[in-house]
Amino acid sequence: MIPVLASEAGLNDPFVVPPVQELFEFPALAFEDTLFAINRTVILMLFATLIAMAIFVVAFRSPKVVPGKLQSFAESIVDFIREQIAIQVIGKEGLVWVPFLTTIFMFVWINNLFEIVPFINFPPTSRMALPAMLAGLIWLVFIGVGLVKQGPKYFWNVAFPPGVPKAIYLLVTPIELVSTFIVRPLTLAVRLFANMMAGHIILTIIFLTIHAFLFSGRGTPIGLVALAAAPLLIGFELLVGVLQAYIMTILAAVYIGSSIHPEH
Amino acid sequence: MEGDIGAIGQGLVYGLGAIGPGIGIGFLVGKAIEAMARQPEAAGMVRTTMFLGIAFVEALALFGFVLSFIIG
Repeated sequence: MIPVLASEAGLNDPFVVPPVQELFEFPALAFEDTLFAINRTVILMLFATLIAMAIFVVAFRSPKVVPGKLQSFAESIVDFIREQIAIQVIGKEGLVWVPFLTTIFMFVWINNLFEIVPFINFPPTSRMALPAMLAGLIWLVFIGVGLVKQGPKYFWNVAFPPGVPKAIYLLVTPIELVSTFIVRPLTLAVRLFANMMAGHIILTIIFLTIHAFLFSGRGTPIGLVALAAAPLLIGFELLVGVLQAYIMTILAAVYIGSSIHPEH
Repeated sequence: MEGDIGAIGQGLVYGLGAIGPGIGIGFLVGKAIEAMARQPEAAGMVRTTMFLGIAFVEALALFGFVLSFIIG
């Protein structure tokens, strides 16, 4: 949509900014008006899944003692999630959750990277559906782990955390219930969604500024400033993409860990 | 109401929503750096906890950001 806008931004035309929905809503390409409608977001999401699968399948198809480039890259990701997230946050029991956490990390990271990949330039994570689905999955997993590890007493432990004076329960119980079962999934989804949406809008605005000002004669200095700022912003979004994937993964680990050890 | 005043309201919601988390993240990262400088051997643990804290604080600012779109 950026080239289209640039051609519209001729010298004599008034500069019209389209509504923000135009950045995020795409027409369905197939199976329109059904539950399985496919548009650009869905295709990118499936593409991200394929990339993540391909990286790990190719890297670990014939593992060597002295790893090659791709194998050491994949190993460093798994090692990072194992040492820095699973063991550090959950503890020894966390080793079972390394595959789950690695899956979340890779899926979110690759989806975030699409934001700055040329000719794609759209992060599927900036549509609420994907973060909401992931947050719902993590919500189900940590409640399930709590039920398996502690039995039905899990809900009791959440509502009445042990080691608190009795009178304080009046205050603690509603806060704990709301924060565990409502605020947790909500913030998990909104954090990823809002970060990627903000990044996508910022990048669009800076590219749009370059198109509108650099060659049109409206104000070349403004275009030059935007041109200088664009690489910095792209670098910043690269950082944000990794950070959001990391935070999503570590919060999933924290929530699973809190279901395993009720005292924390 | 829909036009200019709505836009001002959107800006206010986001701007006011960002003040608190901005101060909070500033304090948080400052204290974390202080802790890392005092005890470099605990840097890994402090960094993990710092990111966790940032994630919780930042969520409030992002609620403001999303709400500004919802009311617009």
